[in-house]
Amino acid sequence: MSKWNEEYFIEKGLLLTAISSIIIIALIIIFIFKEGIPALQSVGFFSFLFGMEWAPSNGKFGIFPMIIGSLGITGLSLLMAVPLGVFCAIFLAEIAPSPIRKILEPTIQTLAGIPSVVYGFFGLVLLVPFMREQFGGTGFSMFAASIILTVMILPIIVSVSEDALKSIPLEYKEASLALGATHWQTIKNVIFPAAIPGIITSVILGMGRAIGETLAIIMVAGNVVQIPGSILDPVRALTSNIAIEMGYATGVHYNALFATGIVLVFMIIILLIIANYLHYKKKVTIGGGYL
Amino acid sequence: MHRVIPPKIAQKIMTGVFWASGLLTIVILLVIIGYVLLKGMPALSLEFILGNPIRSGRSGGIFPFIMSSIYVTLIAILVATPLGVGAAVYLSEYAGENRIVKLIRFGAETLSSIPSIVFGLFGLAFFVIYLGLGWSVLSGGLTLALMALPTILAASEVSIESINKSYAEGSLALGATKWQTIYKVVIPAALPGITTGVILGMGRAIAEAAAVLYTVGAALMIPTSLMDAARPLPLHLYILATEGLSMQNAWGTAAVLVIMILIITVVTNVLVDRYRKKMMGR
Repeated sequence: MSKWNEEYFIEKGLLLTAISSIIIIALIIIFIFKEGIPALQSVGFFSFLFGMEWAPSNGKFGIFPMIIGSLGITGLSLLMAVPLGVFCAIFLAEIAPSPIRKILEPTIQTLAGIPSVVYGFFGLVLLVPFMREQFGGTGFSMFAASIILTVMILPIIVSVSEDALKSIPLEYKEASLALGATHWQTIKNVIFPAAIPGIITSVILGMGRAIGETLAIIMVAGNVVQIPGSILDPVRALTSNIAIEMGYATGVHYNALFATGIVLVFMIIILLIIANYLHYKKKVTIGGGYL
Repeated sequence: MHRVIPPKIAQKIMTGVFWASGLLTIVILLVIIGYVLLKGMPALSLEFILGNPIRSGRSGGIFPFIMSSIYVTLIAILVATPLGVGAAVYLSEYAGENRIVKLIRFGAETLSSIPSIVFGLFGLAFFVIYLGLGWSVLSGGLTLALMALPTILAASEVSIESINKSYAEGSLALGATKWQTIYKVVIPAALPGITTGVILGMGRAIAEAAAVLYTVGAALMIPTSLMDAARPLPLHLYILATEGLSMQNAWGTAAVLVIMILIITVVTNVLVDRYRKKMMGR
């Protein structure tokens, strides 16, 4: 009987550790909302989300330029990181000889592990002066921020895409090669299409990381609240806004920064739901003989 | 359309493109690491590593910040490891596929992709203000624990699930209870994978700055209790760089961080390699 009791309590204890992540998520949402809602009430949901002006000292809290800033930096970095990352993943999964792979895989792990402030500092000291010389202006720009982000999201895109490419059944490849297709034709017409859902997942995960990145962007983006006219204009991201102003914010300003956090959490949850949906679809299409 | 270029030539061109993108990635890393180490090495000395900062870090050393990093990371790992491993054991050994499990997985996934600054906000509202822990090593460490949790959970779950089912079956057949089987057979067999997960979580905690920006304070002294304010290395680098206090010390701090990450990467790779060989051997 005592054995049974022990087993019972251990199972319940383990269940408790398992639901800790749900409890933590719930706490995060409750506390961010608790602090953020007062700002949404006093500013108004739509004038907060679509307001063009952010002037806390005048009581103006519109985050639209920063939403555009975040999306702009993210989009631009995906434009550079996705082609490079996917090619690199194909190289790793299909082409690279084993010694090269043994160098490249830890390289990508290291790139993923380097602290974001080191990337930001690198950008601040090297990239920004370089941009200033090449393109004029201050050098702090959306373009500089997206170059730094490209390097930061590259590891996620490469490793998740590589997993997707490697999980394609070998028979697909063999059948294509046996039909006389070249290796490139096989990659292009068989392996890549079969891996597309996994590759899209990698892009979504990279996008999540890019939207969430904070300090590295602060150091190179210039942080001016404006809708950028060109990629060489300075911008401010949603995350940067929180980190820059939290130090001295009080009253509605303080609440408005938490409300900015609410917007970020929602963006991430939407991305995750899309990723989960695609993941589900992937199993169906491949199992059902999509090829 | 794609028949315009003869297949054999297309093959050659694309092989070149793939090689170029692979090599470009290696070059990017070498440039970044090489440059940081090159600029940081002159600053690295025993006085820099073991000395106290002078005039807010304009000169002097970084010892209090190294200690701060170690303390917050230690707290994060001590809190996150039992939670992560426990959850992984539950998910892989006890739970079936039901709603709660799906919810737990979605929770862990969400946790791993929430922006670090949002963790910082939460840490500020919950640990610092609501629980009254103030700007302290404890608040910062607990915030980092939340970030390390999903990493440890995912790695532990994968490693527990990859264990040969016959181990557990053998133990159960000998009359051991489920829990005895788990802690005497399953967990020891999965230990290398769990360790890798813990080290990865450690890497995430050491590298993080945004989450501790408003939870740990920015003290210049070595913290002597859990309730003392501190300043982990990444935060110190951020402050040095954005306030333009000292470029030389900023490079030095960046170099120390990069060296730490390199060590962590090498250790995880050695562990994973050994683990793989052990699994293959059987």
